[in-house]
Amino acid sequence: MHARTSSRRQAQRAAASISIALAGSGGSGVMTAGTLLLNAAAKAGLYGLMVRTSGPQIRGGEAAALVRLGEAPTHGLDDRFDLLLAIDWQNVHRFADEIPLAATSVIVGDSDGGDAPDVFRGSGARYFPVPFKKTAKGIAGSWANMVALGVAGALAGISADVLTGVLRDTWKRSADALEANFAAIRAGVAAAAAIEGMPSLAARRKAASRRWFISGNEAAGYGAIRGGVRFVAAYPITPATEMLEWMAPALARVGGTLLQAEDELASINMIIGASYGGVPSLTATAGPGLALMIEGIGLAVGAEVPVVVVDVMRGGPSTGIPAKSEQSDLALAVNGLSGDAPRLVLAPTSIADCLATTQWAVELAEALQAPAIVLSDQFMGQSRAIIDRPADVACLGKRLTAAASAADYKRYRDTESGISPMAIPGTPGVAYTADGLEHTEAGIPSSQSRDHATQLDKRLRKLARHDYGRFWADIEGDGDGAVITFGSTTAAVREAVARAADAGVGVQLIALRLLAPAQPERFAAALDGVTQVLVVEQNHGAQLYRYLRSMYDLPGKPQSLHRPGPLPLRPGELADAILAWRRG
Amino acid sequence: MKEAAARAPLTAQNYKSGYKPIWCPGCGDYSVLSSVTKALAMVQVPPEDVVVVSGIGCSSRIPAYTTCYGFHGVHGRALAAATGLKVARPDLTVLVAGGDGDGYSIGGNHFLHACRRNVDLTYIVMDNHVYGMTKGQPSPTTEPDWDSKLSPGGTGVRSFHPLVIALASGANFVARAFSGDPNGTAAIIAQAIRHPGFSFVEVLSPCVTFRPDQREWKEMAHPAPVTATDDPARAARRIMTDDGFNIGVLYAGKRKPYAAVTGKPRATVADLEAEFEQ
Repeated sequence: MHARTSSRRQAQRAAASISIALAGSGGSGVMTAGTLLLNAAAKAGLYGLMVRTSGPQIRGGEAAALVRLGEAPTHGLDDRFDLLLAIDWQNVHRFADEIPLAATSVIVGDSDGGDAPDVFRGSGARYFPVPFKKTAKGIAGSWANMVALGVAGALAGISADVLTGVLRDTWKRSADALEANFAAIRAGVAAAAAIEGMPSLAARRKAASRRWFISGNEAAGYGAIRGGVRFVAAYPITPATEMLEWMAPALARVGGTLLQAEDELASINMIIGASYGGVPSLTATAGPGLALMIEGIGLAVGAEVPVVVVDVMRGGPSTGIPAKSEQSDLALAVNGLSGDAPRLVLAPTSIADCLATTQWAVELAEALQAPAIVLSDQFMGQSRAIIDRPADVACLGKRLTAAASAADYKRYRDTESGISPMAIPGTPGVAYTADGLEHTEAGIPSSQSRDHATQLDKRLRKLARHDYGRFWADIEGDGDGAVITFGSTTAAVREAVARAADAGVGVQLIALRLLAPAQPERFAAALDGVTQVLVVEQNHGAQLYRYLRSMYDLPGKPQSLHRPGPLPLRPGELADAILAWRRG
Repeated sequence: MKEAAARAPLTAQNYKSGYKPIWCPGCGDYSVLSSVTKALAMVQVPPEDVVVVSGIGCSSRIPAYTTCYGFHGVHGRALAAATGLKVARPDLTVLVAGGDGDGYSIGGNHFLHACRRNVDLTYIVMDNHVYGMTKGQPSPTTEPDWDSKLSPGGTGVRSFHPLVIALASGANFVARAFSGDPNGTAAIIAQAIRHPGFSFVEVLSPCVTFRPDQREWKEMAHPAPVTATDDPARAARRIMTDDGFNIGVLYAGKRKPYAAVTGKPRATVADLEAEFEQ
């Protein structure tokens, strides 16, 4: 299919958001172009996000930056892409499911790169060739991805000046090469004039305050530091590594430290050791690492040492799909410890919320002297978003420590709250031995049923009695049906609930931030008047659905909508499902 | 490490708790416990500034038998817990104690990396060439032909050589001690605590219950004929060729201990926000 050369300009469709997929082989620069596009959009007063997706290869595989821009904060992807721009088509067909197009969509490819693959052409989208490589070749020192940035930016309604401005801000090479790439961007902007059919964003609001440009991994890292974390030990793993790479220099600046461990068994035990020493500590990993850490997390339960484990979930089981998202570690996080082991499990509900939820996890772990697992995922962790500066959250919990020479000190004293003062090494007169063996109140190993029952009750009680306040869930909307979800899926569900409301069907959204311990009273209050629930999640085993059924009384005939990763659940399909469910 | 200033000199007794060890009568570990408390008295670091970290096994019960802070974690991970603790709290004196199964088998990877990393820890392994707590299975240091229920006729697998592995992996101090000589062991442990970086002390500590043959060790142990060297190649040759009962400090190196990327805060938490701002 070739571009229609008709001079007839189609009336531009106005849209609340536009979606752009920049694709190509790994190393073609699509992630750089996507990041600059998002950056430029932020400068232009837009909100948006960029989701990264790539094949398993480090170089030379397929890669795509999935960008959605809008006038309002946007946390998830849309149903379809308005624009697919491929710098080359090498293996880009593998994204056929991840980059759905409509007949109204636009495809832009390199004019020397052959035709667009059938999997995309089948949508009926219009194809426009642009000479990316030839143009870049003609401007010595310039790159094809900058021509692509010019095209995509112009089609998003962003001016050449803003596009070149963001390149200048991040440029680290010679001034000559910068000028060459300015020319490449402008060439792309010029080429975009011949491309028809892109929707336009309506007039944008001027930002009231400076917005943030942040990834979920960075937000989680910053939230951890805000919560007081000053020691991190971790082993590299996709897709958590960027969180650690962000934290290493950040911790050093605030007087903390990050240590690269030899494996995840070491990571978890290192942070337990550091936290035992009084320093709030964290590790970040993905499913395979969490699996290795389970024994250590059990030690943190038994020895009552606060630690935070951020699991940036990816496809599982086993090594699974390392660079793509899935919400399939929930069952491991809520159930996966030996013995009866109460633990905290939390999940951020958006990229921005990675900050507040991780901060809360640190404060809860510290206050309750227990391990907290934070279930982020690749979608949130590796995506970058333009957000309003998150509100400061007052500190919600601190560790209770023992005073020097406290009278009759017992580390694991059976207090009413279940929380007992923790002696920090260096404090005289209260030394004790922390133990993963069951123990007496004084911490001496014991295999007697009485001590076991006392300590089991204490560890359960301290988590059960805590007042988690309003943060336990985001509850929005009205209706006698409730859609319950968690994590990155929340964005699509929120959008679907809004669309259902526009179609005249009101339902409630409950996005759980605190997954464990279960909150039966709060849950019952939230479901007051609700007669039906639909549980939405991104995994194959309906893990949230099964967990909720085991922990809560759900009204009516609970429904489950679950699909494994890496395909995100999309707002349109969810809205359709909600309408079908409510209209019976 | 803080030296006690104003108080009366600490004695070994100040480091002994009242808890009765679970060990069998005649176990070498009683003597090692006594050596540890004597060594701490030699160093004069107050008990509250010392943490004894261990994993799982008979010898790993040692923390609660001292008046120091203790951390009795999971099997094989003592060095990891101690590393996190010492890096986060460099002001503390951290001893790590355990057995041959805990340190060389399930914890083997941490042993290699603790040696490499050279964090200022003192690692005391009470080696009896057997899993005692689980009632007599072969450990990495067990002789290949040692008969047991789990490995009838022996494992057929050559024994692990912890000292040469420690040296090759970068431990800054390598010594062998014998529980039958508590004063000598105390002196070695004190030297290990004072030596910067990762100090490894392998203590031959007989298991009288499952390895009664180890009573012979008393006859076999002998002082190393030459003093410690700081040349790893020389130390390696000696350790590789000795009879396994050469007692003393065999290597005392000069590697710089692990330096954590830490220090005084140069920025406030709020300062970190600047990079996110558009």
